[in-house]
Amino acid sequence: MGLFDFLRARQKNTASVARERLRIIVAQERSARGAPDYLPLLRRELLEVIRKYVNVDQDAVDIHVEKDGEHDVLELSVALPDKASAAAQAAG
Amino acid sequence: MTEFIVVTSGKGGVGKTTTSASIAVGLAKRGKKVAVIDFDVGLRNLDLIMGCERRVVYDFVNVIHNECTLKQALIKDKRIDSLHVLAASQTRDKDALTKEGVEKVLNDLKEDGFDYVVCDSPAGIEKGAYLAMYFADRALVVVNPEVSSVRDSDRILGLLASKTRRAELGVAPIEQHLLLTRYNPARVADGDMMSIDDVKEILGIEVLGVVPESEGVLTASNSGVPVILDDESNAGQAYDDAVARLLGEQRPMRFLDAPKKGLFARMFGG
Repeated sequence: MGLFDFLRARQKNTASVARERLRIIVAQERSARGAPDYLPLLRRELLEVIRKYVNVDQDAVDIHVEKDGEHDVLELSVALPDKASAAAQAAG
Repeated sequence: MTEFIVVTSGKGGVGKTTTSASIAVGLAKRGKKVAVIDFDVGLRNLDLIMGCERRVVYDFVNVIHNECTLKQALIKDKRIDSLHVLAASQTRDKDALTKEGVEKVLNDLKEDGFDYVVCDSPAGIEKGAYLAMYFADRALVVVNPEVSSVRDSDRILGLLASKTRRAELGVAPIEQHLLLTRYNPARVADGDMMSIDDVKEILGIEVLGVVPESEGVLTASNSGVPVILDDESNAGQAYDDAVARLLGEQRPMRFLDAPKKGLFARMFGG
């Protein structure tokens, strides 16, 4: 650190920002690895259907394929909005 | 016993060809019989880095199409007797390489008693890259400490574990190593570049070597002399360490610390 470093409006530690971003995206891409190609489209269409009835977020639908012995299990979870924000949506 | 080593990365411009050339030279310098093959059909460059571009008569695709013998196409290095280069073809035909053709060439090299065959992969995940890694026993994944390179490397690690001969046969998996290139210790110290530990942790495989960003790499490619032959340059020495580790030697990592700044530089943030 130089004496006059404060004069340079420096962003601190971009390396740690890079590391955190990579951790997340790499973990996400690894979990999608080897999964069937139709998953992203299935996820998008499910989201559209659910949104006809409940106002959920873009990332509310989580979908992946798990191996369970001989079978592949399609696991699907939908995070519904909490009551307060759902009510606000309905009112608005 | 012939070992097939693929030098790959996904991303372009990270140093695959520089690495292939130096690793091949380093192995040959230690008395191994080595062939280094350019899989980048249409964009031949290994010949330039090796300094044999004017001696290319026949290439990889000629051999596969039986237009010449393997022996005719192998270019013998002028500096090291046991080193041979097989240039890529400059054809625009995307399907010039076939799996059967590549397999035949690799088998012939095995029969000829080569110790190592270094396969210089093209960037991307298309056919050339797929065939370069398909028959590998060992993979050197070249990575820069930079977000897009690290992400692409992870993608390549996934392909190595699924789309290769060893994966399909269900035999022992390809041995994977990271080779960090363009490493700038001063920027790592400033917190502006991911460190060797960061990259290792994200990708989860061990690091065979760290090659510092070095002027020597450009001067080496300018003159067609693989940088490992430049004893003066840090990059050359780092490649030599990596080759020694590849052969089982224990060597501490070098060039990981930034050069000490003088008082003036420290005060004024040099």
